[in-house]
Amino acid sequence: MCSLEKQKNIFILRRTGHGEHRFNPEFMDSIISAIAYVNQNAHQASAIIVTNDGKYFSNGLDLEWMSHDKEIRTQAVGDKFVELLAAVMSLKLPSIAAVCGHACAAGFIFALAHDYRFMRNDRGFLYMSEVDVGMTIPPSVMSVISSKVDSRHLTEVMLGGLKYGAQEALRKGLVDSSHESPDETLGAAINVAVEFGKRKCKGEVYLGLRLGAFPEAAEKLGIRSVSVLPSRL
Amino acid sequence: MCSLEKRGKVYILTFVGDDEEHRFNPATFDAIFDALKEVEQSPDAAALVTTNAGKYFSNGLDMRWIAENPNELFDIAVEKLEKMFAAFMRLTIPTVAAIRGDALASAFMLVLAHDYRFMTQGCCDLYMYELDHGLYIPDSILALIRSKLQPAALRDVVLASSKLNAQMAFKRGILDGILEDSEGTLEAAVKEAEKLAARGWSREIYGRLRLAAFPGVVEALDTHVPYRLLASFKI
Repeated sequence: MCSLEKQKNIFILRRTGHGEHRFNPEFMDSIISAIAYVNQNAHQASAIIVTNDGKYFSNGLDLEWMSHDKEIRTQAVGDKFVELLAAVMSLKLPSIAAVCGHACAAGFIFALAHDYRFMRNDRGFLYMSEVDVGMTIPPSVMSVISSKVDSRHLTEVMLGGLKYGAQEALRKGLVDSSHESPDETLGAAINVAVEFGKRKCKGEVYLGLRLGAFPEAAEKLGIRSVSVLPSRL
Repeated sequence: MCSLEKRGKVYILTFVGDDEEHRFNPATFDAIFDALKEVEQSPDAAALVTTNAGKYFSNGLDMRWIAENPNELFDIAVEKLEKMFAAFMRLTIPTVAAIRGDALASAFMLVLAHDYRFMTQGCCDLYMYELDHGLYIPDSILALIRSKLQPAALRDVVLASSKLNAQMAFKRGILDGILEDSEGTLEAAVKEAEKLAARGWSREIYGRLRLAAFPGVVEALDTHVPYRLLASFKI
């Protein structure tokens, strides 16, 4: 499902296997556990890179799993997805999504929750497919999108049903850089992460500044205030 | 500290003085508040340009002052900054920053409190160094910063402590214009200010529209929460 490794002093969380990496409660729990481990060991690391094997960063929620018991499972997946987004936004070090495949709907939003996004150029797109498949987005999840997408492009992203390749995603500020292959994408992310390690980009101040920069998302995702913030002592 | 000049309906506030870094301490805060009061009370003021003489716009808070008693003075400094930013946000005339030198930390925040920003290319940087120095930015001031930056720029400025030259800042939507040299920057800012002044807007309406456009910012700045330093901060 997912593997967590450390390269130099960088955590790499990889969704393994060549499936669609769709989010169901069990899969999301495995990611949340890995994030909890990273947080406990954040002092030893400079960043976390979240990436994928295969053709999909994530194709979104596991609709097939949800279909077996629609009402209950839809609620369960919805709640767990908010928990997953909250976990990503609560990381105590910089988070980089190395998007090496399609990121659709919840998969796209999961990528947006990270501090930085690097994307492969040669295949794969970002696609907010909700408008095409007939799904809405609740306020909690929306807060992540509106925190990270330039307001000039928000209408198009939310309502346009467009598939953004890396170049277009770069133009619209949806990703920070694009690279020729998955290896190069990961390599670039690692280089950036090594640079973070040389600076003070972690701990209480980093998390506090992230939550302070995106307070609406912090509130709507139910992230409790970081316990030690200088301005609240 | 600062000089105030009037050209027609445009006031020009220039950071000057023996301290070429134009750092903020009780004396400079007082001088700025006095200047703002004079501008606001002037019946025919129609725009304000804020700029600097010399190499630096401002290096932010005067750490020599703060170092005398960091735990107490940092809190006092934050409160003065909050009041200063709120005062600029409450001015009933358009405000234009002509950035002709480095603007660090709270000085970068000050230019964000202006309506328009022009900067000289190749001379200087905008740099919010708080993260690099292990400092948290108070929520009140983050409200101001958030109101003026798009998400990626906000991330770069606050969460990556990026040093932005004029080109980088312009690319991130932080500036309205970049000019080749110092004179050009002041000229462009004054020209913009004169253009705005010529619109003959109601001052009361302008002031209220600015507050409506950026809701919650002055409310946040008006609410001072005691700011205490983490033990790890060293001046």
